[in-house]
Amino acid sequence: MSEILKSEQSASSVKHLELEATPSPAYLDSDELILNMGPQHPSTHGVLRVILKLDGEKVMGTECVIGYLHRGVEKIAEHRTYAMFNPYVDRMDYVAAVSNGLGYCEAVEKLLNIEAPPRAQHIRVILAELNRLASHMLWLGTHALDIGAITPLFYTFRDREEILKIFEKYCGARLTTHAFRIGGCLYETYEGFEDECRNFVKFVRPKIDEYETLLTTNRIWVERTKGVGYISGDDCKAMGVTGPVLRASGVKWDIRKAQPYSGYQNFDFDIPVGTNGDTYDRYLVRIAEMRQSLRIIEQAVEKLPEGPVMAKVPKVVKPAVGEVYHGIESPKGELGYFIVSDGSTQPYRIRVRPPSFVNLQALDMMVRGALVADVVAVIGTIDIVLGEVDR
Amino acid sequence: MADETKRTPSGQQSAQGGDKPPAGKAAIPEKPKVGEGSGAAHAAPPKPPGIAATPWEHERVARLKRLYGSAIKEALTYLGQNYLVVNKEAAFDVLRAIRDDENFDYLVDVTCVHYPDRAEPFEIVWILYSFPHNERLRVKASVKEGEKAASVVALWPTANWLEREAYDMFGVEFDGHPDMRRILLPDGWKGFPLRKDYGIIQQDTEWVKINLGIESGQ
Amino acid sequence: MPQWLQSVVDYVTKSNNTPGWYADPVASAIWALIYIILIFTGVSIAVIAMNWLERKILAHMQVRLGPMRVGPHGLLQPIADALKLLIKEDIMPDQADKVVFWLAPVTIVITAFTVYIVIPFGPTHAVTDMNIGLLFMLGVSSIGVLGIIMAGWASNSHYPLMGSLRSSAQMVSYEIAMGMAVVSAVLMTSFKGGGNFFRQIYGTGGASVGTLSMIGIVRAQEAQQTWFLFKFFPLGLIAFFIFAVAMVAETNRAPFDLPEAESELVAGFHTEYSGFRWSLFFLAEYAAMIAVSSIAVTLWLGGWMRPFASLHGPNVEIPNYWSGGAIDLAFALVPALTFFVLALFAFIGTVRMPKHRAFRVQTIGLAGFALALGFIGLVLLEPHVRDRVQDIFWFSLKVAVFMYMYIWYRGTFPRYRFDQLMHLGWKFMIPTGIAVLILTAALGLGS
Repeated sequence: MSEILKSEQSASSVKHLELEATPSPAYLDSDELILNMGPQHPSTHGVLRVILKLDGEKVMGTECVIGYLHRGVEKIAEHRTYAMFNPYVDRMDYVAAVSNGLGYCEAVEKLLNIEAPPRAQHIRVILAELNRLASHMLWLGTHALDIGAITPLFYTFRDREEILKIFEKYCGARLTTHAFRIGGCLYETYEGFEDECRNFVKFVRPKIDEYETLLTTNRIWVERTKGVGYISGDDCKAMGVTGPVLRASGVKWDIRKAQPYSGYQNFDFDIPVGTNGDTYDRYLVRIAEMRQSLRIIEQAVEKLPEGPVMAKVPKVVKPAVGEVYHGIESPKGELGYFIVSDGSTQPYRIRVRPPSFVNLQALDMMVRGALVADVVAVIGTIDIVLGEVDR
Repeated sequence: MADETKRTPSGQQSAQGGDKPPAGKAAIPEKPKVGEGSGAAHAAPPKPPGIAATPWEHERVARLKRLYGSAIKEALTYLGQNYLVVNKEAAFDVLRAIRDDENFDYLVDVTCVHYPDRAEPFEIVWILYSFPHNERLRVKASVKEGEKAASVVALWPTANWLEREAYDMFGVEFDGHPDMRRILLPDGWKGFPLRKDYGIIQQDTEWVKINLGIESGQ
Repeated sequence: MPQWLQSVVDYVTKSNNTPGWYADPVASAIWALIYIILIFTGVSIAVIAMNWLERKILAHMQVRLGPMRVGPHGLLQPIADALKLLIKEDIMPDQADKVVFWLAPVTIVITAFTVYIVIPFGPTHAVTDMNIGLLFMLGVSSIGVLGIIMAGWASNSHYPLMGSLRSSAQMVSYEIAMGMAVVSAVLMTSFKGGGNFFRQIYGTGGASVGTLSMIGIVRAQEAQQTWFLFKFFPLGLIAFFIFAVAMVAETNRAPFDLPEAESELVAGFHTEYSGFRWSLFFLAEYAAMIAVSSIAVTLWLGGWMRPFASLHGPNVEIPNYWSGGAIDLAFALVPALTFFVLALFAFIGTVRMPKHRAFRVQTIGLAGFALALGFIGLVLLEPHVRDRVQDIFWFSLKVAVFMYMYIWYRGTFPRYRFDQLMHLGWKFMIPTGIAVLILTAALGLGS
C-alpha cells in the first residue's frame, strides 16, 4: 500500500527532510508533488503527518507518519499496578476518556472474574453514553470546520459543555475523568444527578436538530460529503475498521448489541446504519447515534437501581495467571484491552487495541484518487484522536 | 485501591466544590459506602472456582485438528474466552483455515507478549472475531529471537500496521509483510521498548542527541 | 480669507456641483487629488470597521461575544491588531524569491485601491469619470490575481503554491461569468425606458445611450427610472445573482475561499507572510470586497440613487436659516436618523456598562463614540451637507448590505471543493450568463 512512497520513506526521517530541502534533479522531472501535511496542520487533528503524493490536486497516494504523540502507555502499564494504570487510559482517547476507563475496568474485572453491581453499571452506561455524545459533538464541530463550516463548532462546543459540567460534578474532572474504578464506581452519584441528566436530554434533543438544520440539507455540505471517502462494508471488515465508519458502510454491528457489556442488553436502542459508506452517511450515522445515546441515557436514568456502586474487590488487585481480551464500543470503534497477568500486582502486559489507529489505516484506501480537500474531509470523518493512535 | 478508598470523602468534597455541598454527602451513607468491600475483612481475594484454563471442546477445534493435527498444540478456554496455541510454522495455514472455513473474517488485533525465560520468548497473539458467528477467538504462536513470524497481511490487510507496531515494539519481524519498518518510533531508533529487558526510562540516547540536540529526552 | 484663495475655493466647490466639471482639467485634477485622499482614508477606515464588524457579527452568529476587552465592546481591537501587525517581526523565508515576495503584496494592494478610481460615490463624487470605466475596473481587478500568483510562487513552498494555483484558476473562470453579467448590464444602459414591469408603474423613462462609464451607468438607471436589478424582470436579477456569486469567488471569500482554505492549505497563498506584509493582504482583501460590492451597487442597485428615487414624500417647509429649502421627509432625514439610531445603540451600551471603576474609561469611551455618532447625525441634518453627502450615504448603505452578506456567507456555508467550484463556474454560471446576455439583447430590441 505504500510502495509508492517507499523510496522517500525508507530513509530515516532526517534524511527525508534533507531530500525535501534540496530536491534532486530526478525530483524536478517528476510530475507529482509531494505535499507534507502535518504534523503541524490545522486539520490533521493533532500531530498526524500525512505525506501526500499529488498530481495537481489529485491524490495519488498517501503515507501516514504517526508516533509523534507516542508516550509508551503499554510500557508504563507494565510498571504500574492495575489501579495505578487506570488514569493513564484516559489520556489515550482524551475526548472519550470515560469509554477508555470503562473498557479498562471491565477488562480487569473480567480478569478478576467479578462484575460491577447493577447501579454501578447503570452509572457507567449513563456516563459512557454522555461521553459518546461529547465525542460525537466534538467530532461534528471539527469535521464541519475542516469542510469549511465554522459555525457548527461553536454550537457543538456549547452543548458539549453541559456534558462536561455533569462529569465535573460527578467526579471533579472534565476531560480525563478517571470516573470508574476496578469493580464499579468510586463515587456515588451526586444529588440531582438524575434530574440533570434528564434535563440535559431534553435540552440537547432540539440542539441536534439544530445541527442538522445547518448541515444535513446544505447543498455545499452534501456535495462535499456525498460519495467522498467511500469504503465498502467488506473493505471495512478486511481493514479492521469498526465503529460508525463500519456501520455507515451498511454493516449492522455494534459491540453493545453483539456482545453486550455493562448491562447494555437491558436497554432498548437501535443501531443506525448507512448504505453508501461515504462521508455523508458517516455523518448521518453519527447524528443518529447521538439520538440513540439520548435514548439510552433516558432509560438508564429511569431504571437506575439502588444498591452498592462497588463490587467486592480485593484490596490489592492481584488477578490469577491468565489473559483476557475485552472489547467495548467506544465512540470511535472497537476499543479492546488484552491483558496478560502473571499473578502479580502489576499487569504483565497490556495491549490496547485502539480504534483510531486501525481506522486510520483505511485512510489511504479512502482518499486515493480524491482531491486534497477530500483528504481533510476523510481524516475528519474517520474521527481519529492522535492520543489514541500513538498511545 | 486502598489509598483511593481512604481518600474518598475528602476527594469528593473537593471535586464537587461549592456546587454540591452537604446534600450529596448526606445521601452517600444510606447507600453502601464506596469500596466497602476492600476493607481488611475481605483481604482474601474472592477467587471463584474454575479460574484456570480448561480445554476447549468444540467441533471447530476438532475440524482444525483433523486438518492440522499436531500443529494445534492446545485448545483452551479461560474465563469464557477461547484460544488456540499453534505451531509457528503452521500458524499461517491455520489462520487461513480459520478465516476461510470458520468465517473469522475480522482480525481485531495482532500483538506480541515477551516471555524472556521461555525458549521461544515472543508469543504472537492474533485476536479474531467472526461476524457470522459473533464469536471471538485468539490464536497464539511463539517464535525465537531473530525468527520471523508469519505475516497475515495477505489474509487481513489490517494486519499491516498492527504487525508493524509489533515489530516496532518487540523486534519480531513478520515474514511476507510488504513494508516491515517501524511505525510509532522514529525510523533510526535502536532497541525495542516493550521487551522486558528494555528499561522504562531507557532510550536511544544517540538518536536523541543527533535528532533533538539534547542529552536526554527525559 | 484672501481674495485669490476665495476665488479658488469658489471655483473648486462650484465645479464639483456642476455636472460638466470633468471637462475642466484644473478643477478635475484638484478634486481627483482630494477624492484620492478621501477614498484612501475612507476605505482604510472602512476596512478597520469591517474587521470589527465581521468579528462581532460572526461571533454573535456563533453564540459568543467576540472581542470585548480592548475598548468598549472591543471597538479598539482592530487598532490593537494593526499595531501588533506593524511591530511584528518581518519574516522572509530563506528560499523565497526576495523581489517577487516583496512585490506581491504591493501589487495586490495597488490593484485593490486602483479600482476605486472609477467608482462613483455620487454624481460628482468620483476621482474621475472614465469613459471606459467598467473595462478599466475589470482589467485592474484582474491584475490582482497576478499578485496572488506572485505571492504563491515567491514563497517557494507547497501550500502557497497550491493556493495560488487554485486562486488563478478560480479567478480566471469566474471572471468570465462576471464579464457576461457585466455586459448584460452595459447592454441595459443603451435601452430606452424601463423593463416591462416597471414601465407599467413609472411610464417610459428617458432616452440614454450605451456607456461603459460608471457614472453613465447610474445615470442610465436614473433616466430609465429603475435599478437594473429589476430590469427585464427576472433577467436583471439573474445577471445580478451571477455577479454577486462571482464577486465572492473573485475576492476569495467563503464559501469560495479555496486559495486560503485554512483547513486544507493552512493559509493558502499567504502562508509564508507575516506582520506588515500579511496585513497588506488583509487590507487588500477587504478593499477588494468593498470595491466589487461597489461595482455591484453601481451596476444593478442604482449606485447613489436612493430607494424609490422617483417617489417623493410630503415636502414640508421647515424654516431653515441656511437655505430655506424644503426637506423631503421620506428620505432626506434617513441619513441623519441612521446615525441617531446608531448613537442611540451606543448610548444604551454606555448606560448598560458595568458601574465598576475598572470600566470607567470604557464607559467614557463609548459615550464619546455615541456623541460622535450623534454629532455626525446632527451635521447630516444640515441641508447643505445633506445634499452633498446623501448620495455617498445611500451608496455606502448598499455596499454595507453586501458586506453583511459576506459575513453571513462565511458564518453559514461550508467550503466548496475545487472541482465543484469549477463545475459551478463553467457549467452553470457561464451558460446562464450567456443566456441572460442573449435574452437581454433580444428583449432590448423591442424597447
